Amino acid sequence: MSNPQQLRYSKEHEWLSATEDGVATVGITEFAANALGDVVFAQLPAVGDTVAAGETCGELESTKSVSDLYSPVAGEVVEANQDVVDDPSLVNSAPFEGGWLFKVRVAEEPGDLLSADEYTAFAGS
Amino acid sequence: MSNTPRHTALDALHRDLGATMTDFAGWDMPLRYASERDEHNAVRTRAGLFDLSHMGEITVSGPAAVDLLNHALVGNIGSVGVGRARYTMICQADGGILDDLIVYRLGETEYMVVANAGNAQVVLDALTARAGGFDAVVRDDRDAYALIAVQGPESPGILKSVTDADLDGLKYYAGLPGTVAGVPALIARTGYTGEDGFELFVAPEHAEQLWRALTDAGAPVGLVPCGLSCRDTLRLEAGMPLYGHELTTALTPFDAGLGRVVKFDKTSHADDFVGVEALRAAAERAEAAPPRKLVGLIAEGRRVPRAGMSVVVGGEVVGEVTSGAPSPTLGKPIAMAYVDAAHAAPGTAGVGVDIRGTHEPYEVVALPFYKRQK
Repeated sequence: MSNPQQLRYSKEHEWLSATEDGVATVGITEFAANALGDVVFAQLPAVGDTVAAGETCGELESTKSVSDLYSPVAGEVVEANQDVVDDPSLVNSAPFEGGWLFKVRVAEEPGDLLSADEYTAFAGS
Repeated sequence: MSNTPRHTALDALHRDLGATMTDFAGWDMPLRYASERDEHNAVRTRAGLFDLSHMGEITVSGPAAVDLLNHALVGNIGSVGVGRARYTMICQADGGILDDLIVYRLGETEYMVVANAGNAQVVLDALTARAGGFDAVVRDDRDAYALIAVQGPESPGILKSVTDADLDGLKYYAGLPGTVAGVPALIARTGYTGEDGFELFVAPEHAEQLWRALTDAGAPVGLVPCGLSCRDTLRLEAGMPLYGHELTTALTPFDAGLGRVVKFDKTSHADDFVGVEALRAAAERAEAAPPRKLVGLIAEGRRVPRAGMSVVVGGEVVGEVTSGAPSPTLGKPIAMAYVDAAHAAPGTAGVGVDIRGTHEPYEVVALPFYKRQK
């Protein structure tokens, strides 16, 4: 698997897109999706929620376990991916694309995210 | 004891197939190859292939083998015919369940006891200790067998294409020696999925040849390799207990709703099998006033119950989830749980599961969740 170069990554295995008009997209990595197994339920933050970097903002249920979802960035949620709520398997099939989780109006740029190469080394993938 | 996990004879093959491996009872086993939900559905609708070589085989043989087993186990092994199998349990003197087992009668005076991987040593030790005074030999055959299961509605056709053995004459819970894909095997019509299927006990050095032959034979009808993850959801849907979850040393078979496996009218040792007195008392308790009952729960929402979560009614804890998972067949989260008898009747209103602080509503149902159409 390869981690897209244009994204930045947290050690909790979330990715964060570049900011466009103040808004960035958040998802989980393919490494994380593979570790979870089939995602069957995604509880995403609601539009208008304030999220903080490194804090939980939802959860992902898979066959074997439930995992907290951490926001890699601080800000206000402007969109949650309804397609993932309706079909959580998108997180497995397209974690970097159609399986994105939510969009956030960035309040503060995070300083401690990893580049694709750093994340690849970190995840050992 | 080493902490290094053990590997089955098919280990390299699993890795070639890209399996996600997991440590299970000291064994490095395939958890899933791709999507565990797809694997689950394949077994329900087509066929799946499992490596179950972690299971523990113990051979009991000799003129008094049947008496030893009647003494050591709770079932009536004397009523098992040659070539047949029996689901049974081994209990402590206090009636607590040490393990659930399948006993195959391989010959007039030869039986194979199959224990769960995590309990195989305990069962071996107990059988050995209980064998004193019996003209019978207990032999550790854990390393003598690999175990490959082919499960699902297409499994009879797949197996027929690689064996001349009389599968039509092989009933559920029966086993016969035969040749499969050119290798000698004990062919058993048993499983842990709720589907028709077979378990094939073979020498470890023959495992890979058999696995490849079944893979080839099954490919045209959609057989896929399956890991332990889907095995767990398959058995959960089928209402089958898992040791360490629904069965523990703190419970008797009667507590687990499986009192039917305890036989007080055995062909021998009916009055002195291990646990008999405690089990008689447990049978009376279960009849008079069962404290808790094993029930099924089906979620009204989408959050998944997990083992150890509390079952609640009106804010009071009335039970505990023992197994829970999203059910691929029902499309909803399901669980097995021990629930106070007052709230255990199917349809009981107001039952919930405490999922990380939120009481999610659940419907109480009778087990199993899924029964195949025959």
